[in-house]
Amino acid sequence: MSRPNRRNFLKGAAATGAAAMVPVSRPAGAQETRPSKISAPSAAAREAENGAAASGVEVLTADRPGGDFMVEVLKSLGFEYVCANPGSSFRGLHESIINYGGNRNPEFITCCHEESSVAMAHGYAKIEGKPACVFAHGTVGLQHAAMALYNAYCDRAPVYMIVGNAVDAASRRPGVEWEHSVQDAASMVRDFVKWDDLPASLPHFGESAVRAYKIAMTPPMMPVLLVADLDLQENPHPEAWPRIPKLTLARPPQGDSGSVAEVAKMLVDAEIPVLIAGRVARTPAGMKALLELAETLQAPVIDQNERMNFPSRHPLNQSSSRGLIAQADVIVGLELTDFWGTVNSFRDQVHKSSRRLTKSDAKLVSITTGDLYLKSNYQDFERFPEVDVAIAADAEETLPALTEAVKRLLSADRKRAFEQRGVKFAAAHQKALEAARVEASYAWDASPISTARMASEIWAQIKDKDWSLVSGGGGWPSRLWAFDKHYQHIGGAGGAGVGYGAPASLGAALANRKYGRLSVTIQNDGDLMYAPGVLWTAAHHNIPLLSVMHNNRAYHMEVMHIQRMANRHQRGIENAGIGTTLVDPNIDYATVAKGMGVYAEGPILEAKNLGPALQRALAVVEKGEPALVDVVTQPR
Amino acid sequence: MKFVLILLAAGAAFAQTPSAPNGRKLFARFGCYQCHQREAQGAAATGPRLGPHPIPFGNFVKYVRQPAGQMPPYTAKVVKDGELADIYAFLQSLPEPAPVKEIPLLR
Repeated sequence: MSRPNRRNFLKGAAATGAAAMVPVSRPAGAQETRPSKISAPSAAAREAENGAAASGVEVLTADRPGGDFMVEVLKSLGFEYVCANPGSSFRGLHESIINYGGNRNPEFITCCHEESSVAMAHGYAKIEGKPACVFAHGTVGLQHAAMALYNAYCDRAPVYMIVGNAVDAASRRPGVEWEHSVQDAASMVRDFVKWDDLPASLPHFGESAVRAYKIAMTPPMMPVLLVADLDLQENPHPEAWPRIPKLTLARPPQGDSGSVAEVAKMLVDAEIPVLIAGRVARTPAGMKALLELAETLQAPVIDQNERMNFPSRHPLNQSSSRGLIAQADVIVGLELTDFWGTVNSFRDQVHKSSRRLTKSDAKLVSITTGDLYLKSNYQDFERFPEVDVAIAADAEETLPALTEAVKRLLSADRKRAFEQRGVKFAAAHQKALEAARVEASYAWDASPISTARMASEIWAQIKDKDWSLVSGGGGWPSRLWAFDKHYQHIGGAGGAGVGYGAPASLGAALANRKYGRLSVTIQNDGDLMYAPGVLWTAAHHNIPLLSVMHNNRAYHMEVMHIQRMANRHQRGIENAGIGTTLVDPNIDYATVAKGMGVYAEGPILEAKNLGPALQRALAVVEKGEPALVDVVTQPR
Repeated sequence: MKFVLILLAAGAAFAQTPSAPNGRKLFARFGCYQCHQREAQGAAATGPRLGPHPIPFGNFVKYVRQPAGQMPPYTAKVVKDGELADIYAFLQSLPEPAPVKEIPLLR
């Protein structure tokens, strides 16, 4: 099938002229299109194809643009949302979404920055377990989006991106469309997307779209990118729609049975086996699987909080006990970002040095899809971990088999030993919780407000509701709150690119909305300032989200880095605030939010005023709208 | 008096009695609060709680000058001994928190 272009558009348009004379009607049942459905051309289109309208008058309208088929494909893949800032290079696709597709499944979510579009899809995916779609210009939009794509790549989250591009130079409009066109749009982000393609025809688009979805959803999950040629979107397509291939997701790889049996024996024989969880729980099943393995072994779990892997109040949760690493005789790292950094300490002084934290004879096991897919340029793979067994497989998929293998090896003696171990760790867990409460009591009434007080005030308001902390789950919440559901924590940015928190929280809140969950985010001030327009998106689309500002008036991590340099060079730290703080003037986030149509209160400086402000904001959120409370806090 | 004796025992000779109010200002000015927070209550990710009841003054000075961990060193060129004494006095002056059982949100 030849690909139409704009040079033959007049001819094609003339051929479809009769179609242009009749009102455009959406094919019946468009929103319910099944994956392999082939929609027939309309009677008008067939008539046009037979040359009925060859009148010689310039035809200015057209039926059945390729963008409509692209929408059919997106519907077949089950997309609920397209997050995008509008752009002329995908104007055809945009119009097809809102008119042909009825702006439903997918619905167009108006974003004010492409970085926000991608980050919204990133947050959405971690709640919903599937990607949202993102549209952007292949040039200026993708450049804006690049950092957020990198975050999703590092965070092993699927994002489905379609960028517009006018491939055929002969049909480009003079001026801006040239600046917005590129030979190889994906090249700029190819190092941190899993797969990309530039479909040359609608059948090619259909096949690549389904392939891209499958690739994005196969662990390790990552962003994918399709380039939608502008002519392909806009030119009429009088023939029947091409067939959309059937989507069958790849089953994630499970560890080989021999290695699983070997690790099971190591775990059963160990006196102190430690399970360390990175991005284990891709789905609710992952948390259950880890729970079952830990309880079978009565083994402690250290949750690195990159996903909601393990209940925070479970007696075997020993996440605050870093000393366990030194005691362990077997350590199993499950989808860890940085295994080396987990079992070594590193000292950032003039002479950088490291020290292994484990016992010399401790056995290390890794189970990760990180061993199955790696790129070389960006260094997110971290330092090379020396392990004794490396299972290249998906941890969530492997855990049930590992648990069964452990159960097969259990003897009465080992069960008794496990029970005694469990009692010991339960006591340690309770002791750690009590210690956390005591630590939280220091500076309880301080101004600026302590982060422990802020976390406690939020917890008091949400603990009896169906809540979801969509960003900012480390620190005090993980120590003080009772997390026990998969959606209650979704991890962080992945690539530590600032500007993730606000839009990713909103994307997660968008996913939570249909379940009636209360979405809460602890919002860093510097992060919000990257793209505060996300507040408008929240208000415009009525996305209920409680944003509690962790407003320490600085890019605080950077303050500490500058302080480290200044001390190292013995020059005093008086200037460390230059370039790192957000003061003079202080930013009034409540006013910013109100200007975007979001209910807001603050700045809250006194701890006693925080609880009532949160209550009022929650009442707004529970009505289905966003709200923001600006809390001026201690640094951490 | 007790504190003065401790200082002498630590080998430091200061002309003035250490000032806790000035120590609070220095704690902010020298950026101690960036890791240890404004009331020195500490933060799990950045630095431990320092007060009340700080470590012995001699150990305190030694660690600040030559930290064994991640903390950046504060040499005498940056923070004078007398200033460290004021900061130490501030840490000593910090109030005890209310017992957890008396804080409803922490029960």
